[in-house]
Amino acid sequence: MSDKKPNRPMYLLPYLLIGIYFGIVFTKSEVISWFRIQEMFRFQSFHMYGIIGSAVLVALLSVQWIKRTKKRDLDGVEIVIPPKDMGTGTRYWMGGTIFGLGWALTGACPGPMFALVGNGITVMVVAIVSAVAGTFTYGVLRSRLPH
Amino acid sequence: MIEFLSQPWPWYVAGPLIGIVVPALLLLGGKQFGISENLRHMCAMIPSKVELFQYDWKSGLWNLTLIFGVVLGGWIGVTWLENPDPVAISEATRSDLAALGISNFSGLVPSELFSWESLTSGPGIILIVVGGFLVGFGTRYAGGCTSGHAISGLADLQLPSLIAVIGFFAGGLIATYFLLPIIL
Repeated sequence: MSDKKPNRPMYLLPYLLIGIYFGIVFTKSEVISWFRIQEMFRFQSFHMYGIIGSAVLVALLSVQWIKRTKKRDLDGVEIVIPPKDMGTGTRYWMGGTIFGLGWALTGACPGPMFALVGNGITVMVVAIVSAVAGTFTYGVLRSRLPH
Repeated sequence: MIEFLSQPWPWYVAGPLIGIVVPALLLLGGKQFGISENLRHMCAMIPSKVELFQYDWKSGLWNLTLIFGVVLGGWIGVTWLENPDPVAISEATRSDLAALGISNFSGLVPSELFSWESLTSGPGIILIVVGGFLVGFGTRYAGGCTSGHAISGLADLQLPSLIAVIGFFAGGLIATYFLLPIIL
């Protein structure tokens, strides 16, 4: 089953639909709003914490269920989630802090940047191009950064 | 129905709707939810000698398709399900932001800072260009963003993800309380 690896375009359809679903949820829950992100970082509403917290809870319960029952995916391949390598831990707090600075300034993490473009805030294309440049810069500097 | 869906969705609806995608992607094709991987795939499309990008970006076609869907979903959300009212942020946030000089609260984002015209102003450039750069740099350095670490990683009880999420908040608080008052 698993060897019929997908080169048929139809295999992408579920991902397109999940993306569309996400774009709608992001928009309607206002998590793509710069105002909502500011409200979160100022601890002035439960909204964002409720969303992230309940998303984590639902994901946690289902991921633990998948792991414990050794579920297989639709292709029959056992689902494995590789653990993240801790290393010295530097990359997580340092990279995380840099990401957080950007998150509060643009008011958008990567997913919402794309949803905002769909919402007609087309200038976010510039933020996306800039984010790609940031990722590229990390790739260039990677061997010289502490991880 | 449309009228009902057009209201802002409460957290207890939106959160579970987002969280359920993590097992859906795993069960569908063993895929892990991580939006910022797409930024790396876009780098891999550019011919370069950078080691991190030496792989076939088409391996991420499913994720690139997903993010294309997010753009479409955003368009559907605003075209057919638009909420005509301003984002209902708390009074406290409104007055804090007004004190920083923000006056237009009508859209999802302050139009004075996030428009093509704002790219000619210092604050606009810092928020859009510098902010975007930091998001892209930081997410790859940390090995994931809000989706990969805060949602997928915490759901898998990964300690590195918890450290990254604490970093996300530390950075966000620094930007909110120290940088924004200087920039705006």
